[in-house]
Amino acid sequence: MSLLEVSGLSRSFGGLKAVDDVGFAAEADRITAVIGPNGAGKSTLFNLISGGLAPDSGRVSFDGSDITRLPPHRVARLGISRTFQAIKISKRMTALENVMIGRHVRSRSGFPSGMLAAPWARAEERSIRDAAMRAIERLGIAEYRDRQAGGLPFGVQRSVELARALAAEPRLLLLDEPASGLNARETRVLAELILGIRGMGIAILVVEHDMSLVMDVSDDVVVLNFGKKIAQGRPREIQSNREVIKIYLGEDDA
Amino acid sequence: MKRLTLKAEGAGRLVPPAILAACAFVLPPLLGAAGAAFLLTQLTMAAYYVLASLGLCALMGYAGQISLGQAGFFAIGGYASAFLCTRDLGPAASAPLARCLDLAGLLVRGADPYGKALLSLAPWLSGLLAVLLAAAVAALIGTPVLRLKGHYLAMATLGFGIVVEKVARGSKALGGADGISAVPGLALWPGLEVTGGRAARSANFTIAWLVLALGILALANLVRSRPGRALRALREGEEAALAMGIDTARYKLNVFVIAAVFAAVAGVLLTHYNGSIGPGEASSTRSVRYVAIVAVGGMDNLVGTLAAGLVLNFLSLRGVFGNYDDAVFGAILILIMLLSPEGKAARAFHSLLPRGKGAPR
Repeated sequence: MSLLEVSGLSRSFGGLKAVDDVGFAAEADRITAVIGPNGAGKSTLFNLISGGLAPDSGRVSFDGSDITRLPPHRVARLGISRTFQAIKISKRMTALENVMIGRHVRSRSGFPSGMLAAPWARAEERSIRDAAMRAIERLGIAEYRDRQAGGLPFGVQRSVELARALAAEPRLLLLDEPASGLNARETRVLAELILGIRGMGIAILVVEHDMSLVMDVSDDVVVLNFGKKIAQGRPREIQSNREVIKIYLGEDDA
Repeated sequence: MKRLTLKAEGAGRLVPPAILAACAFVLPPLLGAAGAAFLLTQLTMAAYYVLASLGLCALMGYAGQISLGQAGFFAIGGYASAFLCTRDLGPAASAPLARCLDLAGLLVRGADPYGKALLSLAPWLSGLLAVLLAAAVAALIGTPVLRLKGHYLAMATLGFGIVVEKVARGSKALGGADGISAVPGLALWPGLEVTGGRAARSANFTIAWLVLALGILALANLVRSRPGRALRALREGEEAALAMGIDTARYKLNVFVIAAVFAAVAGVLLTHYNGSIGPGEASSTRSVRYVAIVAVGGMDNLVGTLAAGLVLNFLSLRGVFGNYDDAVFGAILILIMLLSPEGKAARAFHSLLPRGKGAPR
């Protein structure tokens, strides 16, 4: 049994089948990439898995339990973390505070203990801070920790968002176009990072445009076109798949 | 390193409450010596109004949920406590419930303004019930209303405030346009009563400023805590907050109820201090006043709200703004928005608007 299993997933918007009967699996210690041209349904697929969107039909199961119609905050609590294609961090909070939000699912203190600054809530707060600092250091952005996130360079903002997702210690990490807006050097650093995260025993599902990143890091590639899965396999197999080359890389490359 | 740790733990949050607590004890003799002890009355009242603004600051400034109905919760607290503790239970004194309450020491015997004997609920109990009522009402209307955002939430909460005011104004039991008067003092402790009158003036100033100190301490703790961080996160984007496991609907409701409780506590205490409450306390101009104070304070700034609230309420209560009292607060709101288009207040207000199409970020 795989950690994440998607089967027969479909979702239409009006007459458009954004995701059409898609099925695949993602495993721990593996990087699964979803690729496809613009409008292929990649982001919709992501939102169906993370709970932001309910499917018309099909099933998503995580660690054996059905999460198909769970709201996003419940999905997150089960151990699924994500980043967004357009960075979604709290611009008016510091980098460290942003990453501390990632610890929300790993901590418990609520309003009463927060208002009273109860000793155990403050102890928990310290452990939240420590864990967030570890995530920040892992991403190499410790020097920015007390800066307002909104004023940070774009690449650093991406790292803050990724650190926040990692701070939750997820079992499955969903990365929505993590390389978009990064230059070649930053993309290489990101690739190293993603491989490092895989080494921590986390399953990674990545939607990506940047083919070099996908081919460098993925263990498994799922290709979508017009909402349908048209191919799945190892990067090398995908690179030589005639249909994929035709629809994705363009016929001239064939 | 020690300093760093202190800073990280937010020891600075203790400073404003400590100053307030010190003032609570130092100002009465100081003003007394200066022959200005009469100012204590307005400083006491100002403290209660500020308490209501502080609750709104948590809701609006930190969680990004606008409310134009804060005065409604203030009035629910004040009216409910005034109503409950001025009801004469004498005719029903033999009923089992009244006898139980009497035996438990929860009823007090007094007299109405005409000298008629009264048997009524102890004010501390009526006050407690009033705050619980306000919390329950907040939970009830907050559940559907907090699904709304920006302008829509503003209009819905404005409607709520209008309902409270018009019910108070139209209800005979609540005294109509006159409100409820002859509200007895609220005994916090034997010998320590929230009540007006010169003899109790210093003690009541101390009570009010200590309550204010506790209020700002609780909120300063909150905004630095895990739930406070969750509130700030949802202010800046619910999608990301949800993806990080924050149950945004529940968090918004919690802070809405907390804001209502702050307003209701203020309403209860001020009503017993003044000995009366009228429908004007529920008016939308009052609600706008609470919003204006939070805006002047810098939206997500408890200390700013505290300072702005103390100064503006004190001036208003001293009659400095004369007949233009409400106009002044309206004008302040306009000025804040105009003078700092790129400033903190305007930016924070933008963050209250729905995201997407054309909304400034």
